[in-house]
Amino acid sequence: MSARDRILGKLKATMPATAPALPDVGGWFATHRVVESSADKAKRFRACIELAHAEVHAVTSANWLAKLLEVLRAKQIDKLLVAEETAHGEAVLNDFPRHGIDCQTYDLPIEAWKSEMFQQTPASLTVARAAIAETGTLILWPNADEPRLMSLVPPVHIVLLDAGKIYNTFFEAMQTEGWANGLPTNSLLISGPSKTADIQQTLAYGAHGPKELVVLMIGDEQ
Amino acid sequence: MSEHILQFKPSEGFRARSKAVVDNPFLRQSFRGAMDFLMSKRAAQFPDSEELESLRTLGESIRQYNLAKLPTLLEQLEANLTRNGIQVHWAETPDEANAIILGICQARSAKLMVKGKSMVSEEIELNHAAEAAGIGALESDMGEYIVQLAGEKPSHIIMPAIHKTKEEIARLFADKVEGVDYTDNVDALIQIGRNVLRQKFLEADIGLSGVNFAVAETGTLCLVENEGNGRMCTTAPPVHIAITGIEKIVEKLEHVPPLLSLLTRSATGQNISTYFNMISSPRKPGEKDGPSEVHLVLLDNGRSQAYADEQLRKTLQCIRCGACMNHCPVYTRIGGHAYGTTYPGPIGKIISPHMLGLEATSTMATASSLCGACGEVCPVKIPIPELLMRLREEAFTAPHANPSMVGQGAGYSWLMTSVWKGWAAVYRSPSLYGVATWLGSRFSWLMPSKQGAWTSVRVPLKPAPRRLRDMLKERGE
Repeated sequence: MSARDRILGKLKATMPATAPALPDVGGWFATHRVVESSADKAKRFRACIELAHAEVHAVTSANWLAKLLEVLRAKQIDKLLVAEETAHGEAVLNDFPRHGIDCQTYDLPIEAWKSEMFQQTPASLTVARAAIAETGTLILWPNADEPRLMSLVPPVHIVLLDAGKIYNTFFEAMQTEGWANGLPTNSLLISGPSKTADIQQTLAYGAHGPKELVVLMIGDEQ
Repeated sequence: MSEHILQFKPSEGFRARSKAVVDNPFLRQSFRGAMDFLMSKRAAQFPDSEELESLRTLGESIRQYNLAKLPTLLEQLEANLTRNGIQVHWAETPDEANAIILGICQARSAKLMVKGKSMVSEEIELNHAAEAAGIGALESDMGEYIVQLAGEKPSHIIMPAIHKTKEEIARLFADKVEGVDYTDNVDALIQIGRNVLRQKFLEADIGLSGVNFAVAETGTLCLVENEGNGRMCTTAPPVHIAITGIEKIVEKLEHVPPLLSLLTRSATGQNISTYFNMISSPRKPGEKDGPSEVHLVLLDNGRSQAYADEQLRKTLQCIRCGACMNHCPVYTRIGGHAYGTTYPGPIGKIISPHMLGLEATSTMATASSLCGACGEVCPVKIPIPELLMRLREEAFTAPHANPSMVGQGAGYSWLMTSVWKGWAAVYRSPSLYGVATWLGSRFSWLMPSKQGAWTSVRVPLKPAPRRLRDMLKERGE
């Protein structure tokens, strides 16, 4: 008999005859969480993620590229990893080289350039699928265009967020978007730059992932 | 019960290890400061007591609902993970789990494994097994990396190096990390760790992680972390192996948000962790990164024993937040290493007997003041004090047929049982009680002045020279 059969056999032999009723998670959120206006959600999101040490810039669809350039210059970054098959990636590729920014694309499997990714990629730009106001959280679903390591390895991670796509809670995000019907290879919630307090409870940023997280929030005109 | 030899021997030297910490003012200060810090951070996250209570009730009901369906959900999880391309393995014991993991490593001729934080991998002593097989196993959580460099074990399930000062860590890095000079600047120390580990993420053949929640309906493995090392381990190497106890399962994806909120707020006082990672498959065609193989090892190691008993099953509700140890007056004073088990503190006292048997852990259930703090703060309402009382009964009553636990009666002593039986008889019978107190008051001078541990810090116990009933009689009452 396999370990699987032995374990399942033991559990089934002592399994309760009936399970309790399915917990009413939706009911709990309906009675314990307010539904805020778009402006309030953007404000709450921003306050929470800034508390987690992220840098947030309110931008418009017309000026986000200029703000991105300004952020890179302020941080003295002259190389940016972008996705070429996306609208925002194309916009950067069309504009930034003339400003002296070296635009790198993630067009090969990681095995072909792993060392370069880890050692010579100072910053990346990705887009957020949505965000969560309650916790100041970005929702990313990495894909073939913007793979998983893009939001993890470069020391500076810049994220483009549409302020109209901010949910009140994590629960609302997964329910509204029907995540239970199918999740991608990897889906992520990101709430600030990498951090640790493992040394004498002293908070330090840039433990393994990005040291800085920059959010360009399109449509938040505050 | 596993025959695996653990470095820790909880039954041996618990008292000596505890005393060593209590006698060390630096360690006491370290633990007290850290626990005070964590308690106040948690309290700040739950300003509304009504919300906290209702969320705890929801968390408890989610855990109990899922445990009630555990075998069915494990089969559903396996089917959906397999459909998603994740390979599922089952292990009854630590040795079986190690054999599975090392088998995967050897099939890839792996030389280096980078590990994210996983208490289950500590439970099975994976690092030792890997090293014995010639495979390097490197901890990448900053706290775990520090304790591994020091040749120690984690002393807390959330903050493994909580017992170390920054000066100790600075000396450790200067001694053990090549080319590093002494610095006790925390940012600089973190950068040293980052630089060493980044190179290892790049080189590693295998990434290993734990699992916080496994979602049956979607076939998804969820990981909670702040550092990004968990994401590195599950993304950068070509193979990802996850390991989890069989109880960390939820049926519905919607069960995750309440548990995640309870976990991060209870553990470190954060409203959410920096990263919440949901992995549902290996790299798909066209994707440019992520492991080509993902494995999940499901470990029993005594959990099915806890499951078999309705009361003890509540042990498995645990979501490993560590709040019970942060609020435990015993843990705060003796620290995590004194327990001699992978899981220290109150949760360790109730889960370890199932993993190691009561022979090795019978004294642990007695190392509690039963103040109830652990039960009050538990985010999923595990009745820890009630379970400790049950474990005391299991450990110290005479061995009997059909025991609920391995090692039942391991702490049984004929003398102790007889003394308590005599005590009960005296207190049940007014005439016997009268005779006993009469003798006690007349012969109180016979009481020794040294009464073991009691008189090390207290005056000797001595019956009063006159009984209460005699004094009342004199007053005519």
